[in-house]
Amino acid sequence: MYSSEITQASNFVKGVDLTFLVILGISFFFLISLTVLMIVFIYKYNRKRHPVAKQIEGSTKLEIIWTVIPLLLTLLMFYFGWAGYKPMTKVPDDAMEVTVYGRMWNFSFEYENGKRTDTLFLPKDKPVKLNLVAMDVLHSLYIPAFRVKQDMVPGKENNFMWFEPQKEGTYELFCAEYCGLQHSYMYSYVNVMEDTAFQSWIADTTQVLAENIDSPTATGKRIMQNIGCFACHSLDGSRLVGPSFKGIWGEEITVVTDGEERQVVVDEEYVRRSIYEPNADVVDGFNKGLMLSYEGQLSEEDVNNIIEYLKTVN
Amino acid sequence: MQSTNAVNQANYLEYRGRFKGLFGWIFSTDHKRIGLLYLYSMAVMFSVGVLLGLAMKLELLAPGKTIMDAQDYNATFTVHGVIMIFMVVVPGLPAVFGNFLLPIMIGAKDVAFPKLNLLSWWFYVAGVFLVLAALLFGPGTPDTGWTFYAPYSFKTGTNMLPAIFGAFILGFSSILTGLNFLVTIHRMRCPGLKWSKLSLFVWTLYGTAWIQLLATPVVGITLVLVALERLFGVGIFDPALGGDPILYQHLFWIYSHPAVYIMILPAMGAISEIIPTFSQKHIFGYKAIIASTMAIAFVGYLVWGHHMFTAGMSGTAQYYFSLLTFLVAIPSAIKVFNWISTMYKGSINIQTPFYWAISFIFVFMIGGLSGLVLGALAANIYVHDTAFVVGHFHYIVFGGTGFAFFAAIHYWFPKIFGRMYDKAWANIGWIVFTIGFLTLYSPMFYLGMMGMPRRYYDYLEEFHGGNILSTFGSWILATGFIIIIVNLVRSARRGEKAEMNPWKGKTLEWTVPSPPPVENFDEIPEIAEDDGPYNY
Ligand code: HEC
Ligand SMILES: [Cu+2]
Repeated sequence: MYSSEITQASNFVKGVDLTFLVILGISFFFLISLTVLMIVFIYKYNRKRHPVAKQIEGSTKLEIIWTVIPLLLTLLMFYFGWAGYKPMTKVPDDAMEVTVYGRMWNFSFEYENGKRTDTLFLPKDKPVKLNLVAMDVLHSLYIPAFRVKQDMVPGKENNFMWFEPQKEGTYELFCAEYCGLQHSYMYSYVNVMEDTAFQSWIADTTQVLAENIDSPTATGKRIMQNIGCFACHSLDGSRLVGPSFKGIWGEEITVVTDGEERQVVVDEEYVRRSIYEPNADVVDGFNKGLMLSYEGQLSEEDVNNIIEYLKTVN
Repeated sequence: MQSTNAVNQANYLEYRGRFKGLFGWIFSTDHKRIGLLYLYSMAVMFSVGVLLGLAMKLELLAPGKTIMDAQDYNATFTVHGVIMIFMVVVPGLPAVFGNFLLPIMIGAKDVAFPKLNLLSWWFYVAGVFLVLAALLFGPGTPDTGWTFYAPYSFKTGTNMLPAIFGAFILGFSSILTGLNFLVTIHRMRCPGLKWSKLSLFVWTLYGTAWIQLLATPVVGITLVLVALERLFGVGIFDPALGGDPILYQHLFWIYSHPAVYIMILPAMGAISEIIPTFSQKHIFGYKAIIASTMAIAFVGYLVWGHHMFTAGMSGTAQYYFSLLTFLVAIPSAIKVFNWISTMYKGSINIQTPFYWAISFIFVFMIGGLSGLVLGALAANIYVHDTAFVVGHFHYIVFGGTGFAFFAAIHYWFPKIFGRMYDKAWANIGWIVFTIGFLTLYSPMFYLGMMGMPRRYYDYLEEFHGGNILSTFGSWILATGFIIIIVNLVRSARRGEKAEMNPWKGKTLEWTVPSPPPVENFDEIPEIAEDDGPYNY
């Protein structure tokens, strides 16, 4: 957000805002003065007041002046843009690393100790390096308050961004690169806290998820929320990109396997296969290829928790 | 002027050739009729594009679902973009006014290759139908945005190939028109019409023709690569096959950035005609304007990377593209200075085309200056892929090309149709349209600076205010558009008969009757040594 209250939310705000100030200042000056000049000419040299035009074909002197001045001004603007951008490319060695997974249509964040969340938690005044991993298509991680943005390109190595949060608070985090149906719902938050608070939060690996969870079914729901299953599956029976989870447990459904239709019962084996090899059995009436395998993303235990939860969705 | 030539007894609108009625138009090789064929086909496509735009704005009136689902919204902005870019602004002024005026402005009877010219229009129509068919039939309307970015475009629907193929045919139409104009300008100028006496509109057509000829084939190359990838699974763009999605972006923008100059250069040319005429004064800095046209045409090839500053190019490439982007701004600034100086000590006759021209200068300045924000690396990182960019390019492409198009149609209307429009209604249409335009697109700059990403079906509450204003502006703009169109359509049939030279212009088209006879001139004119397009 471009407002003064969150100025200095990160170490890049200053450089970026200065660039804006310089360019917008020069732009407004030219826009206003040229518009006023134009209106003055139109008024003063109106046919009624000035019936005969004075023929002037040009002036080399003026052409040189109004080539050189804009040239210098644009070089100045380039300089500020460059100076504000340069530090974004140089990550400090002591930066804390967080891996960001982007997929249609949510983000998840994995910390150095293996903790995983759907909201980005960060300590204040410490540089962080976000390693960006796009699982399916292009996404772009955008945190307006920090003035940072970097596309997440599938298959790209060394895809990263860095910054240093400098103010406690909760900030919006968007996907800025169009990525399909739910693009506008692909957003999350950054929670910046005091270093001490952060250290105790991150050390608590038993509590892997953002909220207190006790029953196994609730854990399953939380895992699914974090990893974004509900972008495509509803709980209330409405049809999204994928089938709703409402009451599917134990149902007999029609799937297409290798082009052949067959009947299956939704049981543990089927759900596990749907998560690890989603395109092996494709539910009749839905498109193949949209749901990607969560192999390597969700452990056996995660899947068991999900299964426990699915049993309860009625 | 009495026509002595037998064919020239009738004007081009009434002339009966081999065919009657509709066939007399769609098989006519007369550059004037071809110009009007483009005008009518583009007007239809533009209206469709406007309706889609209005639907999108209506959807964004409030957060959450307003009138359509996310899928429909995504398809709507894709189709809106494809239509407006490939079918309206890329053919743009050259297809309509270039065709109609170029031969007359250089004292020729037609373009160098009249049959090729007609073929270009046929290609255009074929391309339009192909793309529309791809959009309307098959497994769902593409929802990739007009940029068709990989790898999403490989994952969604299967209709991408025909759509890009249609865009390629449209590109072919553009290449052929460019080629035709180049040869025409080189070979067909009338005696005494030296390069230094060409009107500025012709000069911009010349610069544009080079871009059309040299940049458009890149789309063809991209198509071949996409086809190879889709048909044979050669991994070029899709990382799942070992390809590089960034390569696609490079190829896409190597064409699509110069295409912006294809859209804007002729617009600048039209403005360079209108301002001297209504100031009754020689254009200020004729040579500087030509030099800046050629500079834009050349440097415009080398700045495509500024669409990709957040994609992860190397540092050196980022600096190079940013610097060149700033340099390409200078020739545009020079033009603005020269236009305003042309008004100095003129004798200004304020008429509808002049209103459009000065509002063009105003919105074009805003578009250009906001482009400086996007050219600077640090600022670009912040507002790239936000509503700011949407505001910027609508100011350039719609504000620039669109306003110049309306300026041009109001300027050359009496020549084209031989009738004058209702000037009072034309002025009302202009003011309503301009207010609507400013209300529609200005809030986008604000929304982008607040951090609202683009291509958003839904948004957070904090972006509501700006979106309401913008939607409101879209209704004003639509009202203005309707007034303008009704006035022009009515006047083309029932307007007062126009004189040969109602605005006291000096370029050659004002020396032939309105509407011009079939072969333009009874006798090929000769330009005297002390004559020129701006010698009042
Ligand atoms: C990008 C959208 C998307 C996401 C995200 C997604 N799925 Fe799916 N899912 C689908 C689609 C489409 C189908 C139907 C086609 C198929 O069977 O492969 C499906 C099918 C399923 C099925 C079979 C459902 C039935 O009715 O038989 C299960 C179970 C499932 N998904 C679980 C999950 C879980 C668990 C997650 C999160 C870890 C998830 N999905 C994330 C799109 C998605
Ligand atoms: Cu995304």
